[in-house]
Amino acid sequence: MAERERRRRRLDRSIKVRTGGLYALSSWNEMAYLLVPRAVLIGGLLVLPLFVDMYWQRVLCSAGIYALLALGFDFLAEYVGLVCLGGAFFIGSGGYISGLLNAHFGLHPFFSIPIATVGGAIISTLVLLPCLRLRGIYFAIISFMFPLFAVYIIIALNVFGGTEGISALDTLPNIWTEIYVIFAAVIAALFALRRLVSEDIGIILRGIKDNDQSVRASGIDITAYKARAVFITALIGCFGGAYLSHLYGWLGLSLFAMDFSILPIAATVLGGMGSLVGPVLGAFILTPLSEALRGFGQLRVVLYCLILIAFMVYKPEGLMNFLERKYHQFEAWVEV
Amino acid sequence: MAATPLLEVTDLHKAFGGVQAIANVSFSLHKGEVLGVIGPNGSGKTTLVNLITGFVRPDTGLVRFKGKNITGTQPHKIANLGLTRTFQVMRPYHSLTAFKNLIVPLNSPRVHQSRSGKLGDRDAVAIDILEEVGFERDARVPYKIAGSLPLGYLKRLELARCMALRPEAIICDEIFSGLSMSEITSLVPLLERLQLDGITLMMIEHRLRELFRLTNRVIVMNFGAKIAEGEPEEVLQHPDVKSAYLGTETKA
Repeated sequence: MAERERRRRRLDRSIKVRTGGLYALSSWNEMAYLLVPRAVLIGGLLVLPLFVDMYWQRVLCSAGIYALLALGFDFLAEYVGLVCLGGAFFIGSGGYISGLLNAHFGLHPFFSIPIATVGGAIISTLVLLPCLRLRGIYFAIISFMFPLFAVYIIIALNVFGGTEGISALDTLPNIWTEIYVIFAAVIAALFALRRLVSEDIGIILRGIKDNDQSVRASGIDITAYKARAVFITALIGCFGGAYLSHLYGWLGLSLFAMDFSILPIAATVLGGMGSLVGPVLGAFILTPLSEALRGFGQLRVVLYCLILIAFMVYKPEGLMNFLERKYHQFEAWVEV
Repeated sequence: MAATPLLEVTDLHKAFGGVQAIANVSFSLHKGEVLGVIGPNGSGKTTLVNLITGFVRPDTGLVRFKGKNITGTQPHKIANLGLTRTFQVMRPYHSLTAFKNLIVPLNSPRVHQSRSGKLGDRDAVAIDILEEVGFERDARVPYKIAGSLPLGYLKRLELARCMALRPEAIICDEIFSGLSMSEITSLVPLLERLQLDGITLMMIEHRLRELFRLTNRVIVMNFGAKIAEGEPEEVLQHPDVKSAYLGTETKA
């Protein structure tokens, strides 16, 4: 007797079909269906630090910083069409402004961090402004140059502590403040961006990504809108930088390290481009993983590359897009 | 001489490297008129559109819109003055739904001003405009992702994007190209209605029969120069036009 062939049948859940275009909520069941994943994410982030020791709590703090950068990278790349490798510039400018305000004027981190967030974002936007006409790889290369540029200016002029950096900055009161400040920022930034991309400004930005010429013919100043998008991303990144300098109580050239430009990309690819949640997830997987592999020294980088390559080849959509798809589908084995 | 023309192009020149893309082109367009622009492939028609709408800066020459010099002005500023265009190669915002495509022009300064601060429900306005251009036959179409729509709808979407701006003039760059006969015949009444609404049209076209239903004045381009202007029948009899389209006879 021949074995009967079976194959998997996949169907989109009806709520997914309806919410794809319009929100139509009619029952608690459907509300729960939409709210549970969000609650799991927020709850998970808030509860996680309670179960790990001090060392890993610190790791989670830096994972939060990478999550912010990855979020910004994903937003700019997938919703504006700007591939920005300038994450290190955001971290560096935010970190230096906050650190210098603290070291020279004795400003408490609770004041220096917000000032550095806005100040750093203004500086980053002004610096990137002339490059906004560029697209794709050209913008990527230019944005990658700025952190290097900043490093050599600081070395050459021997300002801001030169190669030594400045140490003994004030830190945040305790580890719980440290960890929940950055987690709150990650959650706030994530949901703010998700909201933003479906607002009018987000739709215009997506229009610019899809076809910037047509946006110009529609009477919209694309440079102004791109600048706004870069400013929003820089706000998120500079907050991460300002926070970082107070996390370690130190500022120095390594704030402009290439890691801050590259690792967020790895996190985004792993987590899933365009989902905004994915990059956060990716950062919270990759950073602890990298820490766990510290014993391998520089081989870590090789491992990163292997993960990236593996994901690009076998799951190019990334974790989050995969999970999202599965969540929205019924699956059953049917006999053919 | 009547009132100043809505659009006036004087002595326009543009060279790309050694190629003279546009040479010495002048014409004018009055309010409510429909002007056809025809010519063989590569004769500079699309470049002319790019020069007028600010996407490419002319080497020399003047473009005036409503008496105002707009030569070399940025495209979005020209669009906000009320002169917009469609694109020959349809590239909608393919990741957005059809009606969300119109949210972009509805956010332009021109629309904000004309509705005097009252924003209202933009989604509803967008769907109204889509209905105007013929999306009503299937109520679900406006909610479809633009990238999945057939070409006929994309052309309408492109027109809808222009109409959302409430423009005074639209330059249509080969809006009939790639469409089936039935799609074209359903698009013609739409353009006629635009004309009745007082919108000035400039139509770059290869489809002469449909074009001549809409206009009684055409200019003919060849090798970047305007070689003829006038009524369709008389222009087509022009010897230069004949040779541009059919080639010249060579004596053996």
